[in-house]
Amino acid sequence: MLSLGSGGAKSTKPSFVSYVTPEEIKSEKEPQKKERHPNLLPGEVVFCSTNPILKYTQDDISQRGIFGTLLCTNFRVSFISDETPQEEPTQHFKNKLYGENDIPLMCVDCLYGVYDEKKKLITGGMLKNKYPSKMIIHCKDLRVFQFCLTFTKEEEAKKIFQGIVHHCLEPKSLKCVFAFSYANTKGPEMQRTQRTLMFDSQEDWSQEMKRTKGNCRIVTENQNFELSERLPKYFIIPAAVSDDDLSKFPGKGLPIWCWSHHSGCALFKASSLPVTQEDGVAQAWMERMLHAVAQTHLYSVKIEDLLETLPNIQDIQQSYTKFKQFFLIDNSTDFWMSDVKWFSSLENTGWLDIIRQCLQKAVEVVECLEKENTNVLITEEEGSDLCCVISSLVQIMMDPHCRTLTGFQNLVQKEWVAGCHAFLDRCNHLHQKDKECQSPVFLLFLECVWQLVQQHSPAFQFSETYLTVLSDSIHVPAFGTFLFNSAFQRESCLKHSQRGPLSWPAVWDWSMQFDCKAQELFINPLYAEKLKQEKVLRKVPRIKHQRQLSLPSSAFKTPPKKGFFKDEAESLKKMLRVKRFSRWMVPPDSPAVATRQFYEAWQQKPLDYHGLLLPCLDGPAMRLWMQRYLRWTPEAQILGGGSVAITSKLAELLGEVRALQRELAQKGWWDSMGEGHHRPQTMSLALVRTSLRLSSYFPFAASRNWSFKPVIPTGLLQSLMVTDKLASQEDETNEVISLV
Amino acid sequence: MIVCLINVHAAQPLCGCCVFSDKDLIYMCPFHGALKGKVFITNYRLYFRSTDMSTVTLDVPLGVIGRIEKMGGASSRGENSYGLDITCKDMRNLRFALKQEGHSRRDIFGELFKYAFPLSHGMPLFAFLSQEKFEENGWSVYNSIDEYRRQNLPSEQWRISFINESYELCDTYPVHLVVPYKATDEDLRRVATFRSRGRIPVLSWIHRENQAVITRCSQPLVGMSGKRNKDDERYLDIIREANGTPRLTIYDARPNVNAVANKATGGGYEGDDAYQNADLVFLDIHNIHVMRESLKKLKDIVYPNVEEAHWLSSLESTHWLEHIKLVLSGAIQIADKVSSGSSVVVHCSDGWDRTAQLTSLAMLMLDSYYRTLRGFQVLLEKEWIGFGHKFTSRIGHGDKNHADQDRSPIFLQFVDCVWQMTKQFPTAFEFNERCLVTILDHLYSCRFGTFLYNCESVRDSNKVRSKTVSLWSLINSDKAAYVNPFYTSDCSRVLYPVASMRHLELWVNYYIRWNPRIRHQQSPVEQRYKELLALRDQYLKKLEELQLSDSTPSSARLTNSSTPNAPLPNQHLTHLQTPF
Repeated sequence: MLSLGSGGAKSTKPSFVSYVTPEEIKSEKEPQKKERHPNLLPGEVVFCSTNPILKYTQDDISQRGIFGTLLCTNFRVSFISDETPQEEPTQHFKNKLYGENDIPLMCVDCLYGVYDEKKKLITGGMLKNKYPSKMIIHCKDLRVFQFCLTFTKEEEAKKIFQGIVHHCLEPKSLKCVFAFSYANTKGPEMQRTQRTLMFDSQEDWSQEMKRTKGNCRIVTENQNFELSERLPKYFIIPAAVSDDDLSKFPGKGLPIWCWSHHSGCALFKASSLPVTQEDGVAQAWMERMLHAVAQTHLYSVKIEDLLETLPNIQDIQQSYTKFKQFFLIDNSTDFWMSDVKWFSSLENTGWLDIIRQCLQKAVEVVECLEKENTNVLITEEEGSDLCCVISSLVQIMMDPHCRTLTGFQNLVQKEWVAGCHAFLDRCNHLHQKDKECQSPVFLLFLECVWQLVQQHSPAFQFSETYLTVLSDSIHVPAFGTFLFNSAFQRESCLKHSQRGPLSWPAVWDWSMQFDCKAQELFINPLYAEKLKQEKVLRKVPRIKHQRQLSLPSSAFKTPPKKGFFKDEAESLKKMLRVKRFSRWMVPPDSPAVATRQFYEAWQQKPLDYHGLLLPCLDGPAMRLWMQRYLRWTPEAQILGGGSVAITSKLAELLGEVRALQRELAQKGWWDSMGEGHHRPQTMSLALVRTSLRLSSYFPFAASRNWSFKPVIPTGLLQSLMVTDKLASQEDETNEVISLV
Repeated sequence: MIVCLINVHAAQPLCGCCVFSDKDLIYMCPFHGALKGKVFITNYRLYFRSTDMSTVTLDVPLGVIGRIEKMGGASSRGENSYGLDITCKDMRNLRFALKQEGHSRRDIFGELFKYAFPLSHGMPLFAFLSQEKFEENGWSVYNSIDEYRRQNLPSEQWRISFINESYELCDTYPVHLVVPYKATDEDLRRVATFRSRGRIPVLSWIHRENQAVITRCSQPLVGMSGKRNKDDERYLDIIREANGTPRLTIYDARPNVNAVANKATGGGYEGDDAYQNADLVFLDIHNIHVMRESLKKLKDIVYPNVEEAHWLSSLESTHWLEHIKLVLSGAIQIADKVSSGSSVVVHCSDGWDRTAQLTSLAMLMLDSYYRTLRGFQVLLEKEWIGFGHKFTSRIGHGDKNHADQDRSPIFLQFVDCVWQMTKQFPTAFEFNERCLVTILDHLYSCRFGTFLYNCESVRDSNKVRSKTVSLWSLINSDKAAYVNPFYTSDCSRVLYPVASMRHLELWVNYYIRWNPRIRHQQSPVEQRYKELLALRDQYLKKLEELQLSDSTPSSARLTNSSTPNAPLPNQHLTHLQTPF
C-alpha cells in the first residue's frame, strides 16, 4: 500500500533524465549568475533564494528535470526556471497571484525529505541541520513538487531548506500572515465586490429576511460584540425571544435564524449551552427559546443535535487525512500500486461516506421543512461547523437562489464567514502544533455541493471549476474571507492594526485571481435559467396544513437523546399538550428509510431545476470529485477526452447560435424581441477553437506537455488475486483433449 | 416493429404468436411489492401489465430467459409462495405467484419452458419465424472483401486467400482470409496443423501508414514435449518481415501460468528459442469461467437492491472492473505497439474469446472508422461473428441447460469496455449508449439472426442470412435514435483510454437499469445540445428567408413579418431553457 503518510522506507525512484550534467551547469551558469525573482506582489518580501535547484518535472513522459532558482517569500515558495521561457502556450487559466510553480505558504500541506533514499516526514520541530538530498512538497491543492538539492552548494541548500521549513511549518502569529502585508496596499480603492452580500450590515440581513419572507427579528445589540464574540455583528432570532433572554447567556444557545421556507416555517441553528449551567435557570431559558422557535410557525419544532448522528470534526479530519494521501502521488509506480485496491482504499477512508451522511442529514431537515412544515433547530457544540454544513446544504436544496453564483457566495458569506465558522483554527493557517481544532469542514461542504452539482448540473449557475477554485482559495493568504475565526476577530484585526485600519480583498473579487476570460469558466453553460414568464406562471400551491386537534401520545415518542435538549423537549411536549394546538413531528425510527421514501416520492415528480432538489444517495451515485483530486496526476489525464470534450462542443455551438443572432439582429429581425433579450455572454468562449487536444482536467492541466503515448498500467499481475480453481480451469476442457 | 408486438400493447396479441393471454397472476416486484396483473405470452415475449400499478409493465423477450423454476408446492404455506421464478440473462430475476389451486401454473410453466428454450424442444428460434420488415437490409452492412478493400488490401505483401472457401482449412474461420503474400496455400495447411483447431494467424487490420498489422490466431500446439513446427515459425517470421518490423510481438492474452498449464492439454505458447525474432507478452486476462463468476457476483450486489453499506468494496470484490481494466490495458498495449510500427500476433487458447476482445478494442483505438455507427457494425461482423466467437455456446440461445460451463459474458465484457471508452471520449464515437444497450438486448432476444450460432460455417448451413433479419436492419432503419449528437467525425487519431480504476466505472445504465431509483433521464447536456441544434437550424432557416426576401424588392419583408404563418420569435423561445 501507500507509504506516503507514514514517511516509511519506500524509496522513490529517481526516474528523471537530466539533459545537462551538473558540470555543464556550473560553467554555463556562473558568469550570468543572477538570481531571478518572480514579479513580487505588493508587500511581498523575499526571505531566501537559492540557485541552482533541480525541479523534477512530472508532467511529461521523459521525466526530466529543470534547473532554476528556488525562493521563499512571505507569500509563497516559488521556483523560477533558468530556461528562458519558450513561447508561452496560451494559458487559459492563469492565476494572477501565483503561477504553476508557486506554492502559497498556507497551501503547503506536508514536507518530506529524502535522506539516503528514505522518505521522511519533516516536522517543524525537527533538527534541520541535516538537509535532505531531495525535498518533496505536498500541497493542500493536491499538487506535488519535488526538488533536488544535491546540485546546490551545501550552505545554500541548508539555507533554503531551513527557510522553507521555518515558514511553512513553524507556528506563526496571525499578524505574520501575508494578508496583513498585502491588505493595506490596495487601500481605499479596494471596494467590496458589488454583488456579494457580506452580511456585516443590518441591511444585508434584512434584505435576506425579506427575500425569504421570514418573520423573525434582527438583533442589533451585538454591533460591538457586547453580547458575544462568537456571534455575528447582526443576526436574526425568533421574534418571540425577549430582550431579557437575549442577553441571559453570552450568545450561547440562542437559536439563530438561517432561512425561512415559503410556508412560514424556518431553519435555526444554535450552539450548546455549557453543561455546567445551573440546571433550573438554563432549562427554563431553553424552554423559552424552543417556545420562541416553535412560535415562528404553527407551534412545532424539531430539534436535531447534529453530533448525535454525524461524525465530529476530528473524525472528519482523520478521514480526510487518509483520503488525500491517495491523490498526493509521487510517481507512476505509486499511482499504479494504489490503483490495485482503489475502490476499497477510497471506501476505507470513509470520506465519501461522511459526505453522504451530511447530505442525508440535510435531506432529513429538508423533509421536515418541506413536507411537515415544521420549524427545525439544529444544534452542535459550537454551532458553527456541521450546523453551517447542514444549514447551507438545506438552503441549496430548497432555494434556487442559492444555486446562482451570487446566491451561493451570499450563502457562504452568511452561514460561514459572517456565521463565524472558525476558518483560522479549522484550516490551521498558523501551523499550530495542537491540531485538535483542525478539520476540513468547509471543504466537506464544498464536496457535498459538488455531489449536487454533479447530479443536477442544469440547476446550478456555477461550474465544477468554480468549486475547485474556491476550494483552492481557502489557502491563498491574500484574502480576508477565510482567514479568521469570527467576525469579532476580523474586526479587531482591522481596527487594532499598527498600520492603521486595514481592508482585505474578498475571495469573491475574482478579478484579483483571474482575468475575465478565465472567470467565464466559473459559469455552467448548462445552467437552466429561469424565464421571466415562467416565474409568474408557476405559483407554488400552498400546502394546506392539517392541524391535529388531539395528539396521540405515541406521537410524542422521540428517540432517546442523551443531549440536554431532552428535558426541554419533554417540557415543551407538556406545553404543547396543554395548548392542544399543534403537531409534533415524529422522528422516524430509521431516518434512512424515511428519507428514502421522501426521495422516491420526489423522484416520481417531473424534475424542476428551480424547485426542490434532492441528491440520490445510493452507492453508485456518490462520486469522486475527479477534477479537484486528479487534476495534477499525469497518469490520470485523458488526452482529448473527458467531459471537457462535450463542454467545448457545447460552447462551439453556443458561439454559432450567437453569431446567427447577431446577424439576424443586424437584419432587423431581432427588433421585435426587444433589448432585454440580449443577454450577456454566459459561456466561456475560451473553450472554443482550442477544443481539440484538451486534457480531461482542463482547465487545470494545460494541453501542451502531454505525450501521445498511452499510459500502460504496471503491476497488473499483483492486481488480480483470483485464487479460484476456476482460474486454472481450461476454457473448454473437454474439447481440447479430444483434439490433441 | 412487428405487428404482433404492438398488438400486445393493445391487449390483442396476434393469434399466430399468442400462446397465453389474459392469465391473472401476481408479479413479485422487488421494488414495488406484490402486484396483481395479467400476463400475455407469445412465442417471442412475456408481457405483464399490472392492474395495481399502471406504471409497472414487463416486456421480456423469451430469449432473455436463462432459467425457469417452480417455486413452492401446492401445499406451501405463506402468501404468494407458489409460483415461478425466472432468471434472466440481462441482470434481473422475475417472480410470479399464482393461486394455489388446480395446478394453475402447470400450463404456463410448460409453455414458457417450451418457447423460452425452443432448441431443447426441437423447435426453431424465433428469428426464423419473425416476419419483420425494415427499410434497411442489415445483412448488406458487411462484406469481408469490401472491408479488406477499405484497408487497401490485398497489397504487395498481403493477399486474400480463398483456401477456406468450403471451411476445409478451419471450420470456425470465415471464408476469406488475408495472409502474407509469401505464404502459399500449402504453407497455410501445414501451419494449421500446429495451431489449435486450425486457427492460423491471419490479418485483422493493417496500419495505413506504417503497414504494421494485427494478426490473430489460436495457441500453438506445443504440448508437454515442447514440440516445434518449422512452418509455423517461418510463417510468423514472414508476418514480421512484411513491413520490415525488426521484432514481432506476440500477445498471449492469458496469464503466464495458464499458458503453461495449457501444455498439459496439448496447447502452449511460442517459446523463445523457437521464435527468435519475436517477443512474447502475457496479458494476464482470465478465462471464461472467471468472467462468468465475476458477473454473477456483480449481479448479487446490484439486483434487486444496490448494496448499500459497502458499495465500493463490494464492487471491488466482484473484480468485474478489474477484468475490464486488464482487457483494456491489453488492447492499449497492442494499439500502441502497432501505431509505433511493429506488427503483432494476438492469441489466447482458441482465439475466439479474449483474442476477439483484444483485437477489436485495439482496432477501435486505432481506426476511427470503427467508431462510426456503420463501422462498429462492421467490426462486430468481422472480429466477433466472422472469426467465430461462439455466441451460441456463450449465450446459450434457446437452450435449457442454464448451468452449461461454456456460457460466459465475454461479449458483454467487450461492450462494457467499449462503453468505458465512449465515456472517456464522449465525442469520438458516432453511436450512443442506447445503441450498445440495444445490441446487448438483442444478443439474447433471438429476434435477429445476427448473433446466432457459433461460426460462419454453421450460419451458412442454417441459411441465417436468408431466413432471418439482421439486427442492423433495426438499427439502421432508425439511425437517429442510435447516434451520439456530440460525435465529431474528424477524430482520426489513436484513442488511448486510461485503464485505471480511477476512470473505470460501473455501467449503471446497463447493470442497474431495472432499479427505478436510477433515474433514466436523457443527459441534461445532451438535451441542451439538441435544443441548441434546433435553435441554430431555426435561425439558419430564418436567415435564409430574410436573404431571399432581401433580394426580392420592397414590401416583401413587411409581408413576411406580418404573415400569420411566420413564427413569432417569442413562441419559439419559450420552450427553450435559456433565452437569448
